[in-house]
Amino acid sequence: MNLLLIIRIAKSLLVARWKQTLVAAIGVTFGITMFIALLGFMTGLNDLLDGLILNRTAHIRLFNEIKPNQNQPINSAREFKAGYNFIRSIKSGSIRQEIYNSNAIIEALRKDGRVTGIAPKITAQVFFNDGAIDITGVINGIDAQAESNLFHFGEYVTTGNPLDVNNVSNSIILGKGLAAKLLANVGDVVYVTTVKQERFALKVVGFFQSGLLELDKVQSYASIGTTQKILGKPTNYVTDIQLKVTDIELAPSIAKEYAHLFQIDAEDIQTANSQFETGSFVRSLISYAVGIVLLIVAGFGIYNILNMMIYEKMDSIAILKATGFSGSDVSRIFMVIALSIGLFGGVLGLLFGFLLSFMIDQIPFNTASLPTIKTYPINYNPIFYFIGSSFSLVTTYIAGWSPARKASRVDPVIIIRGK
Amino acid sequence: MSNTIVLQANHITKSFHDPVTISVLKEITFSIAEGEFVSVTGKSGCGKSTLLYILSTMDTDFEGDLFIGGVKMKGKTEQELAKVRNQKIGFVFQFHYLLNEFTALENIMLPGLKLGSYSEAEVKEQAMDKLRKLDIEKLAGKKANQLSGGEKQRVAIARALINEPSIIMCDEPTGNLDKINSLKVFDIFKKLAEDNHQTLLIVTHDMEFAQNTHRIIEMEDGRIIRQ
Repeated sequence: MNLLLIIRIAKSLLVARWKQTLVAAIGVTFGITMFIALLGFMTGLNDLLDGLILNRTAHIRLFNEIKPNQNQPINSAREFKAGYNFIRSIKSGSIRQEIYNSNAIIEALRKDGRVTGIAPKITAQVFFNDGAIDITGVINGIDAQAESNLFHFGEYVTTGNPLDVNNVSNSIILGKGLAAKLLANVGDVVYVTTVKQERFALKVVGFFQSGLLELDKVQSYASIGTTQKILGKPTNYVTDIQLKVTDIELAPSIAKEYAHLFQIDAEDIQTANSQFETGSFVRSLISYAVGIVLLIVAGFGIYNILNMMIYEKMDSIAILKATGFSGSDVSRIFMVIALSIGLFGGVLGLLFGFLLSFMIDQIPFNTASLPTIKTYPINYNPIFYFIGSSFSLVTTYIAGWSPARKASRVDPVIIIRGK
Repeated sequence: MSNTIVLQANHITKSFHDPVTISVLKEITFSIAEGEFVSVTGKSGCGKSTLLYILSTMDTDFEGDLFIGGVKMKGKTEQELAKVRNQKIGFVFQFHYLLNEFTALENIMLPGLKLGSYSEAEVKEQAMDKLRKLDIEKLAGKKANQLSGGEKQRVAIARALINEPSIIMCDEPTGNLDKINSLKVFDIFKKLAEDNHQTLLIVTHDMEFAQNTHRIIEMEDGRIIRQ
C-alpha cells in the first residue's frame, strides 16, 4: 500500500516534468545504446580476428618434433655418471616424423570424453614445378570431412568443393596465392616434386583463401591417401593428430598428460597462440571502459536533473512531510523517480542498441583476406544486454541516491517559515 | 464536552544559537482539552509560529516536554513523529501548500492513503464527504494550480480533516486571503469547532479573528502573557 502510494506520487512528479524526465532518460538510452553497439561490434571484430587463427588451430596438436635425443649414450656410461657431460655437435637422430602406432592412439583418443574431435594430418614439404622454376610449398594431407567439422575448412575453400579432395583421386586444393603463382585453374594439372625427387601429377579441384596471405602462397591440401602416396608411405603414416577438447582452458593440462601417456610432443593452443588472447583482452577492456564511461556521464545527467527537481519541489516535499510522510518515504519517492528513469532509458537503450548493432551488421565489409565475411561482424551476446541493463539501474541508483538523501533531509519548518 | 487533554506543553524553551544565542520561547506551559477552539496571537516575531512548529512535532530542537494525546513526543524517531503527524494532527498553512501535480481530491486523499487504515475506495468516499461538508465538491477533479486562493485553503482544510485528527493546527490560515474568503474560512473553523467538537489551534495575528475563538493565548517576547 505504502509502496504503491510512493510509486503513484513519483509517477505524478515524473509526468508533471516529462520533458526533463525525457532528457534524463535519453541520456541513459544513449549510453546503453552505445554500450551495446560498441561491445557488440568490438567483440564481433575480436571473434573474427581470433577466429582467423584460433578456428583453424587445434586445441592440442600431437606430433614428433625433430630434435636431438635427450638420452645420449655417454650419460648411460657408468664411468661418466659422476660429472656433467658437455657434448658438442649433437645431430638429431633418425627420429621419424610419423607418429608411432597412430591408429592405437586415435582409438584411445576416441574413448576420451574430453576430446570432441580428432583430425589426423600429414604435412609434406614439396616443390611445385612451374616450368623451370620450383616453388616451395606444403601439402597438408587431411581428412576433408573432419577438417571441415573441426576447423571450418569448407568456409575457406572459395572455389570448388572441399570434399572433392577425398572423392577425386590425386587431387589438390591450392592456396589462392600459390595458384596465382602457378597460373593454375580448377581442372588443371600441377606437378610436384617431393624432397626425395619423385614427381607427381595432381589435379586442381579448388582454391582456398585463409585470410593470411603468406599462408596462401605456400599451403595446399590433399587427401591423406594422396599425401601418403606422394611421400611413398604406408596407410598408417600420420605426422600430426589435431584435437579439439570440450574446454579450451583445459588444453594445457591435457596436452601434458598426452605427451606423457603417448611419449609424444603435444602442443596446446595457449602456448602456440598466446598473443591473441592478450590482444582480445585489451580490446574488450577498452570497449568496456568506453561503454562504462558513457553510462557514468548519463548518471551525472540524472543526478543534475534530480537535484533540480528537488529544488523545484521543496514545497511539495515540505507538505508531504507535514502531512505524515517520513524522510525515508520522501527518499523512496526520489529513488523510484531515478530508477524509473534508469529502467525506461535502459529498456529503450537495449532496443536501440540492438537496432544499431543490426544496422552495423548490414554494412558491407569486403576484404580480400576475409573471404567469408560480407558485412561488419557483430556479436549479439545476451551478456552485453544483461550488463547494459543492470549497469543502467546501478548508475541511476547511485545518481539518485544523493539527491534522494538530500530530499529526505529537507526540513519542512525552514520551507514553510521561509515563504 | 469531555475534558481529555489533547495537547500538553510543559516548560517549552527554544533558543537559536546562530550567530549569538537568542531565546525565542521561554518556559511555555499550557494545555488544550478536546473540543477547544484556541487561537494563539501576538505581534510578529513573538515566537508564535515557532511554537506551532514545535507543537506540530516538525521541530524537535527544543527543551521541555510535549505530550500529544498523553504520549510524550521527546525521543521519538523521525518516522514515528511522521506517523503522529499523519494520524493525530491536521495542518493548514498560510500558503496553501497543495501538491500541484494532483487534483484537489487526490490532495485530500494522500494523507488518508498514507495512513492506510482504509481502502482507496473508502478514502475516496471520505474525501468526497469532506468536500461536500465544506461545500466545494465541484472542485474535486480540478488540479491544485487551477484553484483560487480561497478554494485552495478550503481544500487544505479538507485535507487536514481526512484522518479525523485529534487536533488541527493552523498557521495564519487567513493571512493570505481577502476579507470574504477569510470570513468563509473562519465560518468553516467555527462550524467544525461547534458542530463537530473538533479541537483547533490557530496561530494568527488577526485580532478580529482571534476574538471570535473560544480561547485566546496571547504571546509576547516568547512568553505567554495571557490565556
